[in-house]
Amino acid sequence: MTQQQAALLKPESLVAEFKKNGVTHIVTIPDSETNYLYELMKEQDWLEVVPSSREGETFAIALGLIVGGKVPVCVIQNTGMMESGDSIRGMSIDAGFPLVMLIGYRGWTRHGVITDSAARYTETFLHAMGINYYLLETDDDASRISIAFEEARAQSRPVAVLVGDEYHGFNRM
Amino acid sequence: MFDSADMFRAFVQHRDKSIVLVTGTAGRDWKEISDNESRDLSLQGAMGQTNTAALGFALAQPNEKVVLFDSEGSLQMNMGVLGTVAGMKPKNFVHFLMDNECYATTGGQPVPNAGDINYAGMAREAGYKATFEFDNLEDFADSIERIMKEEGPVFVAMKMIPKVENEPIGRRVRKPQRSRAETIKVLQAELGISVA
Repeated sequence: MTQQQAALLKPESLVAEFKKNGVTHIVTIPDSETNYLYELMKEQDWLEVVPSSREGETFAIALGLIVGGKVPVCVIQNTGMMESGDSIRGMSIDAGFPLVMLIGYRGWTRHGVITDSAARYTETFLHAMGINYYLLETDDDASRISIAFEEARAQSRPVAVLVGDEYHGFNRM
Repeated sequence: MFDSADMFRAFVQHRDKSIVLVTGTAGRDWKEISDNESRDLSLQGAMGQTNTAALGFALAQPNEKVVLFDSEGSLQMNMGVLGTVAGMKPKNFVHFLMDNECYATTGGQPVPNAGDINYAGMAREAGYKATFEFDNLEDFADSIERIMKEEGPVFVAMKMIPKVENEPIGRRVRKPQRSRAETIKVLQAELGISVA
């Protein structure tokens, strides 16, 4: 295994972070690049996966779960995050509860010019909503999920984790 | 069509300890009729999303019956919720739809395909376990006891008389409503829930 392969962000690392932080539910719309993560989450007996019809629903379902005493994470793609603007505003920021959202960073690259407008507007969108975020690119970054949880709980706010490696390790080869 | 206040008066007799959420213009009648304010929950806050928030609460508290009075304008904005609810199969979830065929709060403009759309049919085909339709109070009152005993998810479409508001919004007189945060706090204390 090359050093580069060893550094790839592993879905197992994300699931371990969810467990460490007491996550009970994943509210999600899977995307084509994260199929293995979805399968892995479904295999966990301590975790319930709630599939939704559109990304805006994930934040509303998460609010209901939080009010009911559970610990959800919203797992969606950046395109869906932008679709969810009103839900993020009204069901998450205004509600004043801690929430971590894991956002697939479609189009992200640090090598050259970003050509995908989904990536171009992702951080701009988060800035506009006043949501802090952390970027995961390699397996060494996975612990940033715990940092996001600490921050969300301390501030009773949503915090985003951007998955900038979604085009590599998340599908079974 | 029948009056939403009359409908709530029939429902409240069979409410038992269920947790009740309301939306829309017709939902405002519930405040005067509720017999247990500590089990009334508001999860409004984003367009068309109260229904999914109610689902989230029902999933978190499977031993509590969760009753949502949704509106058709809200449902049309988030029709995918029918599949989302049906997919999760919450046995404790009753989804009433107050269909007044219009956006009453903006002057009564019709919702898309207002008179011909079949919401109960959509819920049935989406996979709700039981569905009902009512266009008069008598049939509703005769059936509500049975509905509340059905295993969820249950969908109940009701034709409601519109209560159209035409006053400019700044001139409308609003009765004081409990805030979302207050209803959450009171209900969590009632059920012994703390945010993790």
